[in-house]
Amino acid sequence: MSREDIQTGLAEILEEVAGVTPADATPEKSFTDDLDVDSLSMVEIATAVEDKFGVAIPDDELGNIKTVGDAISFIEKNQG
Amino acid sequence: MTHIELPTGVPGARILGLGGYRPRRRVTNDELAQVMETNDEWIQSRVGIAERRWASEDETLVEMAVAAGGKALAASGLAPDQIDLVVLASASLRAPIPGIGPQVAYRLGIPRPGAFDLNAGCAGFCYALGVAADSIRSGSTRNALVIGVERLSDVTDQTDRSTAVIFADGAGAAVIGAADEPGIGPVVWGSDGDQFNAIEIAAGSSTMTMAGQAVYRWATTKLTDTLLQAMEKAGVTPADIDVFAPHQANLRIIESMTKRLGFGDDVVVARDIIQSGNTSAASIPLALTALMESGEAKSGDLALVLGYGAGLTFAGQVLVLP
Repeated sequence: MSREDIQTGLAEILEEVAGVTPADATPEKSFTDDLDVDSLSMVEIATAVEDKFGVAIPDDELGNIKTVGDAISFIEKNQG
Repeated sequence: MTHIELPTGVPGARILGLGGYRPRRRVTNDELAQVMETNDEWIQSRVGIAERRWASEDETLVEMAVAAGGKALAASGLAPDQIDLVVLASASLRAPIPGIGPQVAYRLGIPRPGAFDLNAGCAGFCYALGVAADSIRSGSTRNALVIGVERLSDVTDQTDRSTAVIFADGAGAAVIGAADEPGIGPVVWGSDGDQFNAIEIAAGSSTMTMAGQAVYRWATTKLTDTLLQAMEKAGVTPADIDVFAPHQANLRIIESMTKRLGFGDDVVVARDIIQSGNTSAASIPLALTALMESGEAKSGDLALVLGYGAGLTFAGQVLVLP
């Protein structure tokens, strides 16, 4: 799956979990500082990412994912 | 070979009475915001708690357990001497020896019952209920008193916003007895000991720590199957459930479970956490008591309950409300 497709899928997840407008879910955005996504919503996003992309994000990795771009890269690198 | 006799069992057990005790002191989010880096909006959005009760010095574990147990006994209509088992669930005893079950029984005038404490963290009440119900069904026990009691304010760092805003104090109790028509379904219990340190008071420490994200992920993804099994083993379907009363850990977990089970507006969902915080082993009986007092739940309603917490442990069952 291309980075663009991943970004589109991730934007859908962000809209459903945290009410983020899809157009705002661009790679440079910080989840906490720009999109107002809190730590528990990050867990919900990780769960939804696993359901949608089949990519598990362990708790210790979750702390390293700060931006939408970080999440896209993680999914891209770990997709089957 | 010597033949060992066993008592004749009974078809099942049911709850005869519920009771709760809430400490006098209300602690609002605004009060907490004065001593730690937090505010009402931050707390409500993350855990859904508006206020909680913290016990005063005289509201000890024993006193709160006696108060809740006494109310459950009164509601059951049984006399103290008809109780022959007391199972007390708690994770906040500061003195590990002795357990307080025997003392609570003595204070309630229950003559020399089997009595012990059980620590299964926030799952304690459902574990205790499962043990007591099976003891009645096997014929070992006639009637039992099950109590969940906590003073978690004693074991939280009151400046740590990841725990102090959540954990609280209180007691809840149920009297259960034999029934021709079972009113307590089979307990579905289990544990995930690989996450033993996700919620802990480390040896030598006096404060609890919690890996919030890990626990949240576990609670919202791993426990739906347990809830479905508790209904399946009892031979009921989600459509039969009137009341859903999971452990009051976090309002967002409660909403997530409700959504995953597909419960609609016709199911009364316990949200006692808003007023009570997370009272661990006391949360389910306190929530059920509140729903019955408010009239939202009524006698004969079918309730689905699930405790989960430190261990990590979990246990759920289906109950008919008294």
